[in-house]
Amino acid sequence: MRLRRSHLICCAASKEKMAAHLSYGRVNLNILREAARKELREFLDKCAGSKAIVWDEYLTGPFGLIAQYSLLKEHEVEKMFTLKNGRLPPADVKNIIFFVRPRLELMDIIADNITSEDRHHSSRDFHILFVPRRSMLCEQRLKEQGVLASFINIDEYILDLIPYDGDLLSMEYESAFRECYLENDQTSLYHTAKGLMTLQALYGTIPQIYGKGECARLVANMMLRMKREFAGSQNQILPVFDTLLLLDRNVDLLTPLATQLTYEGLIDEIYGISNGYVKLPPEKFAQKKQGEGSKDLPTEPKKLQLNSAEELYAEIRDKNFNAVGAALSKKAKIISAAFEERHNAKTVGEIKQFVSQLPHMQAARSSLANHTSIAELIKDITTSEAFFDNLTVEQEFMTGVDTDKVNTYIEDCIAQKDPLIKILRLVCMQSVCNNGLKHKVMDYYKREILQTYGYEHMLTLNNLEKAGLLKPQTGSRNNYPTIRKTLKLWMEDANEQNPNDISYVYSGYSPLSIRLTQILARPGWRSIEEVLKMLPGPHFEERQQLPSGLHKKRQQGENRTTLVFFLGGVTYAEIAALRFLSQVEDSGMEYVIATTKLINGTTWIKSLMDRPESPTQ
Amino acid sequence: MAFITASWNPLGDAFYRKTDLYEMSWSLRDGLRDSLVAAAPYGGPIALLREPQRRSPSSRPQLEIYSASGGTIASFPWKSGPVVQLGWTVSDELLCIQEDGTVLIYDLFGSFKRHFSMGQEVVQSQVMEAKVFHSPYGTGIAIVTSSSRFTLATNIDDLKLRRLPEVPGLQGKPSCWVVLTQDRQTKVLLSNGPELFILDNTSCTVVCPPGLSPQDGNIVHMSVSFSYKYLALLTDSGHLWTAFLLHPFNLEFTCLPRCRRPKSQQPSVVLMWDRLLLVVGVCNETIQYPIEDPCVLVGEMDGVRIISSSNQELLQEVPLVCQDIFKIASMAPGALLLEAHREYEKSSQKADEYLREIKEQSMLGEAVRQCVEAAGHEYDTNTQKSLMRAASFGKCFLTDFSPDQFVTTCRELRVLNAVRDSSVGLPLTHTQFKQLTLQVLIDRLVYRQFYPLAIEVCRYLKIPDYQGVSRVLKHWASCKVQQKDLTDDAIARAVCMKVGDSPGVSYSDIAAKAYECGRAELAIKLLDFEARSGEQVPLLLKMKRSQLALSKAVESGDTDLGECFTGRSQPLQTGFCKLQEQETLKDLYNQDDDHQELANYYVTASYREKRLEGRLSLLQSAVDEYNKAKNEFAVKTTEDEMRLLRFQRKLDDEKGAGLLGLSLQVTMETLLSLGLHKQAEQLYKDFRVPDKRYWWLKLKSLAEKEEWDELEKFSKSKKSPIGYLAFVEVCIKCNNKYEAKKYVSKVTPEQKVKAHLAVGDLEGAADAAIERRNEAEIGAVLSRCSASNSLVIERLNRARAAIAKK
Repeated sequence: MRLRRSHLICCAASKEKMAAHLSYGRVNLNILREAARKELREFLDKCAGSKAIVWDEYLTGPFGLIAQYSLLKEHEVEKMFTLKNGRLPPADVKNIIFFVRPRLELMDIIADNITSEDRHHSSRDFHILFVPRRSMLCEQRLKEQGVLASFINIDEYILDLIPYDGDLLSMEYESAFRECYLENDQTSLYHTAKGLMTLQALYGTIPQIYGKGECARLVANMMLRMKREFAGSQNQILPVFDTLLLLDRNVDLLTPLATQLTYEGLIDEIYGISNGYVKLPPEKFAQKKQGEGSKDLPTEPKKLQLNSAEELYAEIRDKNFNAVGAALSKKAKIISAAFEERHNAKTVGEIKQFVSQLPHMQAARSSLANHTSIAELIKDITTSEAFFDNLTVEQEFMTGVDTDKVNTYIEDCIAQKDPLIKILRLVCMQSVCNNGLKHKVMDYYKREILQTYGYEHMLTLNNLEKAGLLKPQTGSRNNYPTIRKTLKLWMEDANEQNPNDISYVYSGYSPLSIRLTQILARPGWRSIEEVLKMLPGPHFEERQQLPSGLHKKRQQGENRTTLVFFLGGVTYAEIAALRFLSQVEDSGMEYVIATTKLINGTTWIKSLMDRPESPTQ
Repeated sequence: MAFITASWNPLGDAFYRKTDLYEMSWSLRDGLRDSLVAAAPYGGPIALLREPQRRSPSSRPQLEIYSASGGTIASFPWKSGPVVQLGWTVSDELLCIQEDGTVLIYDLFGSFKRHFSMGQEVVQSQVMEAKVFHSPYGTGIAIVTSSSRFTLATNIDDLKLRRLPEVPGLQGKPSCWVVLTQDRQTKVLLSNGPELFILDNTSCTVVCPPGLSPQDGNIVHMSVSFSYKYLALLTDSGHLWTAFLLHPFNLEFTCLPRCRRPKSQQPSVVLMWDRLLLVVGVCNETIQYPIEDPCVLVGEMDGVRIISSSNQELLQEVPLVCQDIFKIASMAPGALLLEAHREYEKSSQKADEYLREIKEQSMLGEAVRQCVEAAGHEYDTNTQKSLMRAASFGKCFLTDFSPDQFVTTCRELRVLNAVRDSSVGLPLTHTQFKQLTLQVLIDRLVYRQFYPLAIEVCRYLKIPDYQGVSRVLKHWASCKVQQKDLTDDAIARAVCMKVGDSPGVSYSDIAAKAYECGRAELAIKLLDFEARSGEQVPLLLKMKRSQLALSKAVESGDTDLGECFTGRSQPLQTGFCKLQEQETLKDLYNQDDDHQELANYYVTASYREKRLEGRLSLLQSAVDEYNKAKNEFAVKTTEDEMRLLRFQRKLDDEKGAGLLGLSLQVTMETLLSLGLHKQAEQLYKDFRVPDKRYWWLKLKSLAEKEEWDELEKFSKSKKSPIGYLAFVEVCIKCNNKYEAKKYVSKVTPEQKVKAHLAVGDLEGAADAAIERRNEAEIGAVLSRCSASNSLVIERLNRARAAIAKK
C-alpha cells in the first residue's frame, strides 16, 4: 500500500516537471515549446465552444511533446478520435477539428467523413488544422470533393522543430531522408529552413553557418533567401547560438548502420524509442506488484518516458552500456545509504527533514528499479553470441578488414533467414566501408537476398543504390581508409568506462559526423580540406550580418554554442558523442542538436524499403 | 520673447491666440469669393472650385488643388456636372458631390479614381445641400434633396445608402443641419424655423433643448464640434446657444458645466461674418477680430485654421502650460526656469536665485516638464529653442530624471518643423500630430510624394526599416515604374539602386504594379531582384512566362508551388505526382525516357496485380525497360522471378502446394518439407543457388523432419561447404545429442572445442583445447566447468600455466 502511494507521488511529480527538463540546457528550449503551445491555444480558441479533435494518427506522437491532453481539455476539447473512413463517431460537440498532415489521401478520408455526416440535425462546425503547413493541393482536393465550403477555419500549425529534450530538437519528419535522396523532393528542406527561421526569430540570428552536403547547401540558400524576405524588422534578440552546422546524412552513411553501444542507443536499437517513449516487455517489471500476489503477470507492454527530466537516466543514457552496470550499482548504494539515514534521525526536526526528502528518494528508487530491469533485458541480448558475432563483423568492416570479399557471416545469416534489415545493414556497411562493392560481390549479395527474401525486394535494393548506401565500385581507389585515418574514425583503445574520446559510443568507432563537428570547432575544416573533398556534396561557410549592438561580448572562458542540424536523421549514439564533447572541459563549445528525425539503422533502412516487412519475420 | 503674450486675448479665464501659419503661396485672382472651398483637417489639402454655378459651356469652372500652404498640386477644368459640395476623405481623396447625386472621387493629384451615386431618386429631385463627415468608420456623405429627403452613406468605401424618414412640415431644404456621429450611430440634426428635429434611420423626433425657447427665434446656424461633443445653435434673434452633448441622440443637453481651470479647456464658438470674426465663450465674453477678406474656417481638434486669400492663421486657446509659463508675472516653476536660464545666458547671478526658488519648492522636475511640454505647443522655432534650452539647463540640476520626454519632444519638433515648412505644407500642431500618429504622417508624406523627406524622417526617428524606410521605398518604386518617359532599363536600374536589398521591400509587388501599367518587360526585370522565389511564381504565371516561373518554383523548394504547373519540371513534378496519381508518374517517366524508373514502376504495379497473367505481362514490360536501361542484373532477376512464378503455378496446379508468391528459398523449403526433393533439387540447379545456402536449407529441413538417416547420407554426399559444426549445432537444436555426436569428429580442428562443448563433452573439449594450446579456448572450456569436474579443471589450469610460461 505504501509503495503504491509513493508511486502516485512520483507520477504527480514527474507530470509537473513535464517540460522542466527543456529548460535545463544551455539554451532554454522551453521558449520554443511555449511558443508552440501558445499558437495551439490561439487556434483552439478561434473555434468557440466544445470541440472534438480528429487526429491524423501520425501526429499524436509529436503533439504529445508539445501539449498534453490537459491543455486541450482546458480549451474545451471533449473528445478525440482517430481519422478513418466512414461516419464520425457521435459526439455532442459544437466543433469538429481535423488535425492532419497535408496529404491527399487524408483529404479523401476527411471528405468521406463530411459527406457521411447527417446533414439534418447536425449543426457542427468543421475546421482543419494543417500540420506543419497548409497546402494548395490539399485544398484543391477538398474542393474537388465538394467539401471545402464546409470548413469554417482552414489554418496551419507550423510545427517544424519540436523540443525533444533539453538540448535536442526534432522535426519528427520520418520520410525526410527518403524524400531528399530517393525522390528528389525538397519539401523537408523547405520545412527545415522555415523551422530554422522560427528558431532564429526566438533565439536571435545565428551569425555563422557552416555546412557539408547538397541538402545542407540548399537549406542554407533557402535560409538566406528567407532572411532577405522576412528581414523587415531586424531581429533584436541577442543571439543564443554562435554557429549553425548543417550536415547531410549522406555525408556520413556509415554511422547509423553501426549498432549503437550507448545505453540509450541500445534501448533504441532493441526496443525502439518513439517520440520519447519506449515500450518494453512487461515480465521484468512484474515484481512491482509484490503485495498483491504475483499470479497475474502484466501482459501490456510497459511504457516508459525517457528524457533528462529523470535524473538517473540523464546520468546513464549516454554511457557505453558496459559502464552502465557500475553506474547503477553505485547509484543503488547511494540510495540505500540515503534510506539508512532514517535510523540516524533522532530529533523531530531530523525526522521531518528525512520525510520531506522521501518523495524524491522514492522516485529515485523506482527509477533505479526501472533501469536495472531495462539493463538486464539489454544484457541478455548483448551477451548473446549472435550479438557478438554481428558486432565483430561490423567492427571488421569499420577497420577495413576484408571488405572486398563476400563475407561468410552475412552469407550464413542469409542462409539462416535472419531479419532482412539486419542483412541490409551489414551489406550496406560493407559497401560504404569499401567505397562500393565489386560487381561480382554486389550481384552475389543481391541474388542471395532476392532468392531468400523474395524478388519484390529488388525495389528496395534499387533504393539503397540510389541513396548511395549500396554501390558498385567504380574505377576510383577505395578512399575509406584515408578518411578513416585522417579523421581517426577507429580508436583501438576506446575507454568505455571513463571515455576520453567520442569513440566510446561505438566501442572503438568514432562517428564520422561528430568528428567533422569536432574538427570544425578545433582546429577548423581547413585542416581536413582533402577529406572533405572525398565526402559527397559541397562544404561551405556563410555569415549572417548582425545588427550592430547585438555582437556578443564574450566573457573570458564562456563557452560558444553550436547548433548541429542533421538533415536526414541522427542516432542516439551521435547525440551522446556530442553531449560528451559539450562536457569536455576545455572544448569551449556546447552543442544543441537538431534533426529531421531520430533514427537508428533499422528505422532508417526501413524508411528506404519499398515493401517494408515487419522485422520479426 | 517678451511679446509672446501680445497676440493673446483673454476670454473668461482663458486666453486665445492667433498664430501665423503661412503667407499663402497661391495667387487667387478673385480671392475666395464665389468659390466652393474644401480644406481637410490635420493640415490637409485645399480644393477650390471657381464659380461652380456658372453654367455656360464655353467657360468651364476650374478645379484646383493646393497644399495647406497654398502650393499648387493640381489644376484642371471641371468637365462634369454642377458640383454642390467638395470634401476630403480621411485618406486625402477629394469628393465632388454633383447636383444629380453622383459623387466623383479624385486623388490628391487630380486623377480620377472612381464614382458612385447617392441613389436613383436623387437624380430627379437633385441635391440641395451635401455634407461630408468623418466617423470612426471612415468618411461619410449626407445629402438633402429638393424634396426634403435626407440620404446618408456612413462609409464611402463600403457604400450603404440609407434614406432617412420624412421630416414633417419641411418644405425645401431645412434652415440648417448637421450630421452627428457617436457610438456607431449616425443621425442628422436639423432645424426648420424655430423647431429642432433629430432624424435617424427609422424616425424623426422633435427635440426641445432646455433654455432655448421658441421666442428666441428661428435657428439659422448650427455647428457641432470636431469631437462631436459640443453643439452650438444661432438664432435669427442673435441668441447663441451652446450645449455639451452627453448623449447626442437622446439630446440630453446638460448645461455646460462651469469648467474651472485647470480641469479642462473650455469650449468656445467661433462665428464669422463678412468682416468680423467673433469668439464667444461660455462666460458670455467675446473676442473680436476684424477680417478684410472672405475667409474659410477649418475646424481642427485643438483650434480653427483661418484661411484667407493671402494668409493662413491658427486660432486656438493658448494651451494651459503655455499660459503658465508666459503669462505676465507667472510664478509657475516653468516660468521661473525660463527666467533662470535667460539670466544664466546673461551670466547673471540671478539665475541662481531663480533656480534656488524652484528648488526650494522641489519643483525643478515639474519645471523641466513644463518647458518641454510648452515647447511642443509653440509654433515659432525660436520660442521652441529657448524653452528646450531652459529645460536642458534645468535638467543639469536633476539626478534620476528620465530624459525620454525631452528627447522625444526634440525629435518630434524637428519632424514637425520640417513638415510645417511651406514647401511641404502640413501645418500640424503637436496635439494633432499625436492624434494622427507618426505612421499616418509618413503615409501622408509618401502620398504627397515627399519621398526623401519621408525617408529622412524614418531614419531620424529610427523607425524599424520594415515599417519605415522600406515602406517608403516601396511606394516610391511603385510610383517610379509608372513614369512613362523612362526606359525599362533606366527604371529597373534606378529602382534597384535605391531599393537595393532593403528588407521587406517586395520586388514582386513593384513588378506587379509595372505589369498593371502594361510594362511586362520591366516587370520581369524587377522580378529578378525578388528574393522570394515563391513570390515570383504567381506573377510570372499571370504573365504567361511559365518556363521562367517553373524554374523559380523549383528554386524555392516549396513543393506546394508545384500546384501551379501541369508539365515539364522533373524534381518538382515527381514530388508532386507522388502525391497525386501513379499513372501521371508513369507518363512522366515515359516522357523523360527514364527506363530504369519506368521499369521500377512496372515492378511495383505487378505486385498490385492479382492475376498471374497480368503480373507476368507487367514483369515482361519491366524486363523490356530494364533492357533499355542496360541493367543486366535487373533483367536477369526479373526473368528469374517470372520463371519462379510459372514454376510455382505449375506445382500448385499439380500438387496443390500453395507456393505462388513465396520466395525461392521458402519455395525450396516448402518443397523439402513436402518431401518433393526432386523438385527442390531442380530449383537449386536452375537458379544456381549457392551450395552453402542449399546445404543449410537441406540440413535444417531434414533435421526438423527428424530424417536422421537421410541427413547422414546427405552429409556424406560430398564435402560439406558449410563445415560440420553446423550439423552438430542443428542436431542439438533438435534435441538429438546422439546424432550430433556423429558429426563431432568431422569438424575442423579450429571448431573442435566448440563442437565438443555443444554436445556437452567437457573432456573432449578440454583435450582439443589443450592440444591446440589455445588460451582463449581453454578459458572457454573452463567457464563451462562446474565444481564436479575438478580433474578437468586441474588439467586445463596446468596447460594454461604451461602456455603462459612460454
